[in-house]
Amino acid sequence: MGLLVKDKDIVVPGEDLAIGMDYLPSYGTFREGDGIVAAKLGLVSVEGRVIRLIPLSGKYLPKRDDTIIGRVVDVTFSGWRVDINSAYSAMLSLKDATSDFIARGSDLTRYFTFGDHIVTKIINVTSQNLVDLTMKGVGLRKLDEGRILAVNPYKVPRIIGKQGSMVGMVKDATNCRITVGQNGVVWVQGEPENELRAVAAIRKIESESHISGLTDRIKAFLEKGNSKE
Amino acid sequence: MDKNSDKRTDGRKPEELRPISARVGIIRKADGSAMFRIGDTIAYAAVYGPRELYPKFMQDPTKGILRCRYNMMPFSGSGDRVRPGPSRRSTEISLVTEKALLPVLNLEEFPNAVLDVFIDLPQTDAGTRCAGICAASMALADAGIFMRDMVSAVAVGMVNGRLLADLSYEEESTEGEVSDMPVAFTPKTGELTLLQLDGGVTKTELIKALELGRKVCREIYSVQKATLKEKYSGESGEED
Repeated sequence: MGLLVKDKDIVVPGEDLAIGMDYLPSYGTFREGDGIVAAKLGLVSVEGRVIRLIPLSGKYLPKRDDTIIGRVVDVTFSGWRVDINSAYSAMLSLKDATSDFIARGSDLTRYFTFGDHIVTKIINVTSQNLVDLTMKGVGLRKLDEGRILAVNPYKVPRIIGKQGSMVGMVKDATNCRITVGQNGVVWVQGEPENELRAVAAIRKIESESHISGLTDRIKAFLEKGNSKE
Repeated sequence: MDKNSDKRTDGRKPEELRPISARVGIIRKADGSAMFRIGDTIAYAAVYGPRELYPKFMQDPTKGILRCRYNMMPFSGSGDRVRPGPSRRSTEISLVTEKALLPVLNLEEFPNAVLDVFIDLPQTDAGTRCAGICAASMALADAGIFMRDMVSAVAVGMVNGRLLADLSYEEESTEGEVSDMPVAFTPKTGELTLLQLDGGVTKTELIKALELGRKVCREIYSVQKATLKEKYSGESGEED
């Protein structure tokens, strides 16, 4: 009876997590008989009676109110289709894109054109995974220069850090502007050499996020780069 | 094979598997990937997706679709070049691989999308479809796909009246009465998701073979599980 795994254990699909009705299944788990079973690869998180899995890999799942970075892939009559690094593309409709008056049939590429990267926010996700975006909000804009890199979306919290501490450290040390989208797309803009250093730092965070003492290591890594100049 | 001896041609016991090794996350660009090696058979699997499916008429608004492609590399056999591209054999194996994996997947999670699984074999020595299924199941888990269970597969068979697990090519091509049965099981629930047969068996032999298959699939499962856990060990999911 009870819990069969420990908090923070890594489990594979099909692994038994608990037996009996004392626990409740949440994200990434399901009930089979009177047991709870893992439905994907992830990290066990037990909060009170609720067992859930923290995913460690996979495609980005669009979530309402996430700020993400997307790429315009199509311009239609009524808006723009945006690739959001997920299984589904998203739709940015005219009325959510701008408050300007736009005459019927005018050229929408004046606002966003093919290949433009935009910082945007998800306003709705339907059951069929149709995603709606908006450009109305603080910091939502078109990105003009800089570089884009894609990271594992499940490492985004580590790249941002607590209250943005990690990304803030990289920003200060490299003098770059950085925006991290929840979908794992990162925008970096600054002096070319600094951009490269920021990218290297982000890659380092991504690959070493599971080893403890990450903040100190990234700090040392950034300071080493600074002293070279 | 020497009838008087208990040993097989490569010195294994009847129920013994060839040495297994596995790795996950080996293909960087893929959403999930795995290598599974059993004896001299090596399978690589790469999972891409879920992603948008084109042409659009293939989309299913009620559920996603699974596409598997099994491919033996030209130099993978024992001398004869395998002609590249799909063949009658590889098309069939792609199909049974798909059917073996489907029962554990929940495709309703991603309507209109597709999950692509590519299985390539750079080196083969019998048991390729089973190695492919083992690798694919690990790659799917690595890709963070919702699954009810893993899938483990192995070939069992009768060689001149003896029941053996994990036949090598040498045993498969022994002169005399040989039957070769690739089987796949879900380790937790013990469901059978693949069963094929080359040659003939009696009812009692079949039941015994399935029992053996179920038993040795557990061994394969423990390797799959350990490999997946090893890749992610140390993750704490906490912000620093």
